[in-house]
Amino acid sequence: MDSMISLIQAAIVFGTVIMLGATGEIIAEKAGSLNLGVPGIMYLGGIAGLVGVFFYESAAESPSKIVCILIALACSMTAAALGGFIYSLLTITLRANPQVTGLTLTIFGSGVANFFGGSLNKLAGGVGQISVATTSSAFRTMIPGLHDMGVVGQIFFSYGFLAYAAVIIAVLAQLYLSKTRQGLNLRAVGENPGTADATGINVIKYKYLATCIGAAISGLGGLYYVMDYTKGTWANDGTIEGLGWLAVALVIFATWRPKNAIWGSYLFGLLYWAYFYMSGLTRSSQELFKMLPYVVTIAVLIAISLRKKREDQPPAGLAVSYFREER
Amino acid sequence: MTSANAIELREISKHFGEVIANDKVSLEVKKGEILSLLGENGSGKTTLMNILSGIYYPDQGQILVNGKEVNIRNPKDAFDLGIGMIHQHFKLVDVFTAAENIILGLPGKMKLSMKRITEEINQLTLKYGFQLDPNKKIYDMSVSEKQTVEIVKMLYRGTNILILDEPTAVLTPQETTQLFDVLRNMRDDGKAVIIITHKLNEVLEISDRVSVLRKGVYIGTVDTKDATELSLTEMMVGKKVSLNIERAEPRDTKELLFVKDLTCMNKDGIKVLDHVSFTAFGGEILGIAGIAGSGQKELLESIAGLQNPLSGSSIRYLQKDEDAPQELVGKSAQQIKDMGVSLAFVPEDRLGMGLVGSLGMVGNMMLRSYKRGNSIFTERKAPRELAEEIRERLGVVTPSISTPVRKLSGGNVQKVLVGREISLKPRVLMTAYAVRGLDIHTSYTIYNLLSEEKKKGVAVIYVGEDLDVLLELCDRILVLCGGKVSGIVDARTTTKEEVGLLMTKNEKGGE
Repeated sequence: MDSMISLIQAAIVFGTVIMLGATGEIIAEKAGSLNLGVPGIMYLGGIAGLVGVFFYESAAESPSKIVCILIALACSMTAAALGGFIYSLLTITLRANPQVTGLTLTIFGSGVANFFGGSLNKLAGGVGQISVATTSSAFRTMIPGLHDMGVVGQIFFSYGFLAYAAVIIAVLAQLYLSKTRQGLNLRAVGENPGTADATGINVIKYKYLATCIGAAISGLGGLYYVMDYTKGTWANDGTIEGLGWLAVALVIFATWRPKNAIWGSYLFGLLYWAYFYMSGLTRSSQELFKMLPYVVTIAVLIAISLRKKREDQPPAGLAVSYFREER
Repeated sequence: MTSANAIELREISKHFGEVIANDKVSLEVKKGEILSLLGENGSGKTTLMNILSGIYYPDQGQILVNGKEVNIRNPKDAFDLGIGMIHQHFKLVDVFTAAENIILGLPGKMKLSMKRITEEINQLTLKYGFQLDPNKKIYDMSVSEKQTVEIVKMLYRGTNILILDEPTAVLTPQETTQLFDVLRNMRDDGKAVIIITHKLNEVLEISDRVSVLRKGVYIGTVDTKDATELSLTEMMVGKKVSLNIERAEPRDTKELLFVKDLTCMNKDGIKVLDHVSFTAFGGEILGIAGIAGSGQKELLESIAGLQNPLSGSSIRYLQKDEDAPQELVGKSAQQIKDMGVSLAFVPEDRLGMGLVGSLGMVGNMMLRSYKRGNSIFTERKAPRELAEEIRERLGVVTPSISTPVRKLSGGNVQKVLVGREISLKPRVLMTAYAVRGLDIHTSYTIYNLLSEEKKKGVAVIYVGEDLDVLLELCDRILVLCGGKVSGIVDARTTTKEEVGLLMTKNEKGGE
């Protein structure tokens, strides 16, 4: 029972990281931006938040929790949105190849983050010495009175606020995309930019905003990883990159719908951590289990392809550069 | 009614790289009239209308709407001025419903109330007598339904100036009649309608005035009541053209291709060809008529080895007179070629199946010859000479033979494709909608090329949609209806009515 609960908890914490990453990416992809820079953007979001609060906490006498959270969120989202902006500038305005640009952004983001992360570790006196205790505990504060309510409390209320915010953001993104005028316009931009343009929609503006806002949300995934998952430390171990790619896989698994990303992310978490709770696995057979989320994604891809349902297909204009005067 | 023109264009110019699309074009459109815009392929009609609807921005010139000078920088500006354009390729989002497409990009409340929108659309369609289900997805719609969505979209937006780019190219005669009724209703409502079309009879039927462009230059405007097909054609091409197709009596015909019991399924397992049998003779043009989608595409593709006919089907080809005909069914396009079958195919989808859009003329010539030559390097000299020859002989308008063919206009693309296929000196030449989207002048160039091939003893198979042309060009006409042969008639003695009847013969009883 206890191991079951801890598996669910691990899955939800893990799921939150990739849910944020995937929700942001869905928004960008729905507008036609295939931003494969998600891992890099999550790196940027994570490191910027960490650096921001590190300096605040080392400068302030008694850091306030609220200020810590605000600084972390602001730094993280700004840096991630900047990553999205670089991608937009290159692919939308300069019409560089979207896939190549995305992959480059991943390398760029991880390089920048690990550079600053490593420097920060040095500044703090060694790996694991970064102390952002106030912020980290603020991010991990649970709802008082609820988390100690036995099993229910353990399963549903033993997480920091970002875990709930992630679900709320995903729900809002779903509503925005399917129920609002702007959401309809955004989807039109991703499906058929020429048509959207002809109806008077500002294609460039939608693509830029969707990519940058999407990146900001993805960046929160990186922040959650740093503040909650690793409790405010930094390690140059490439974990965020792996999570970023899972977020990209989750976008496909969720058939570009944020509501599916919610349960999909938890499922990915369960599958990913399943090996930990299986007895008798060797180190190498563990790795086989870690493949499960990707295997499931491939299975979903095959299923979508066989069902041929138009609504489950990627946006038709995904990764296609749009240029009005093309003829 | 004010006297100001709905639209006035003054000296509009537009270049695309080295290509001049519009050169100081001036044009007037009155309120409450239907104006036809006429011109050969590549004469700049569509470009001009794209400028009006904000897709392109002119290099030079003024645009006046309702007597006021305006600056149309993007499609939104055009909408705000009440200008709406219906493109040849529909600008619709496939996975959206009709209603979603109709309200796309419109300002309004953040939250969508599809129920109210649907009601508003239903009111509009009722008023104009359209048939439209606002909740149907675009990918489930026929071409004419999609067009209806486009028109309703414009009306919903309060369009006063409607531009239609070749609206009838893909419609059946009945659908065309319906469309024209709606356009007349709109005209009587005081709206201005501009229609781009190649079909002269439609120009004469629907429009009040006709404006003609030639090679990007404005030639003039005439009242439709003073115009005839011949006078308009002369304005369009700038020289007298004979409207008669030269049709020689077939001589030395011999049986080249035997098709028997050809049956084909499409991807969804529906029979698209059902026991089709016929013989094609060298030295004659066999026309294939039928409503779009009656199996024409599958028939030609079967012969070219691109389909998988069911067992029992037989396509035999006579290689040498003394030999027995060889079976083609079950062989791939490459195997058919290796057997020495000399077959040329001008497919319907020119830039998809026929040519590679991003290659120049030379590169496209090489698609048919890259296997020749002895060294590991490709042989480029012969294709270049061939490209030059085709450009010269067929009058292909292109800045250079290495300009990517997708940058050429539809007619020039077709000339490149037909020129290449004919250069193979085929014994069987198949063409699918060879003149679709082409202007009269280019069409006749193509007709004459086909006739020449016939004289050389080639078996020409011509899939067409214009019955007048089929009757004038072909020797025999095979009529397809729902995948079955509903008749093979002599083109010299048959009538349009007879062929038309055959085309719809077993529509109800069909599978």
